[in-house]
Amino acid sequence: MDLFKLFSKNQEKSKNVAKERLKLVLVHDRADLSPKFLEMIKGDIIRVISEYAEIDEEGLDIKLTRMKKEGDISPISALVANIPINKVKDSNLK
Amino acid sequence: MENEKIGTAVVITSGKGGVGKTTTTANIGTGLAILGKSVVVVDSDIGLRNLDVVMGLENRIVYDIVDVVEKNCRLKQGLIRDKRYDKLYLLPAAQTKDKSAVKPEQMLELVNNLKKEFDYVIIDSPAGIEQGFQNSIAGADMAIIVTTPEISAVRDADRVIGLLEAKGLQDPRLVINRIRPEMVKRGDMMNIDDIIDILAIDLLGIVPDDEAIVISTNKGEPVVIEEKAMSGKAFRNITRRIIGEEVELLDLDSNDEGKFTKILKLLFGK
Repeated sequence: MDLFKLFSKNQEKSKNVAKERLKLVLVHDRADLSPKFLEMIKGDIIRVISEYAEIDEEGLDIKLTRMKKEGDISPISALVANIPINKVKDSNLK
Repeated sequence: MENEKIGTAVVITSGKGGVGKTTTTANIGTGLAILGKSVVVVDSDIGLRNLDVVMGLENRIVYDIVDVVEKNCRLKQGLIRDKRYDKLYLLPAAQTKDKSAVKPEQMLELVNNLKKEFDYVIIDSPAGIEQGFQNSIAGADMAIIVTTPEISAVRDADRVIGLLEAKGLQDPRLVINRIRPEMVKRGDMMNIDDIIDILAIDLLGIVPDDEAIVISTNKGEPVVIEEKAMSGKAFRNITRRIIGEEVELLDLDSNDEGKFTKILKLLFGK
């Protein structure tokens, strides 16, 4: 680790730590989604996309986060899915 | 009391306990009375009565909110007049009964009756989000959320905001209590912008962490009466905003100004 990083780490304000932790915990509080619910969504997404493409199920990442829509003041909960595609199934695209 | 007003019912709530709901209720109630409004402060924390001691009226209690709701006494018999302001009244909670003693429908009826007699009905909510909380918001027209700059209090405030919205109580306003300016400056306490950014609701006011509050509570005199106290000024600003005045946000830094400027201010006025 370089010195600069070490230095900036020490400078991290505790209120920023609080704010980041709070943001994360509120994403889940607000959405009121159980891990089971997220698993169910994940299963369905895999099923649907698999009809069109081969996906890397290991690399699949689905999570809740918060983002601001353009023009909106308050952020909203968003379901973000990162789905690595190995190969598109040609026949279905024709 | 004259007849047929249509007052405003305001619930003071927080989710988390110990953030200053009761203190805020007492000070907003008293502050509105100072401005000439007729006010009743209602303690809805049945079983854990406290608004009476913060107001300094604990020796005058005969009847309580459960007596009124169960019609053991008339509404006016249950109300205790404040010792300083004759347009200010307290409806105390029952101390020996439990939270199921009052139902939301009864609370709604009670608040509607009080609104006919007073300009403002200020309801002190219990901590938590169960039955007692549901009762306290039953008749409210608007909500004030009290929080402190702590992660736990802000999280609970967020939860309560969601619950209020689900019950149709839109646009709650936020009071941030117990701010310590020197910690905020150091970056060791979330600041006003941080909290507003996260909760995304309107700010009603900020109150500094102030020894004057402890002292005034000891004496049973809301700090809003204290002309010189910073927290007293904070609550006076908050009450003025409630009645629709535009008041600039309190400058908390002016508290640690140098002695010289303080003397200058004393000499020349602000």
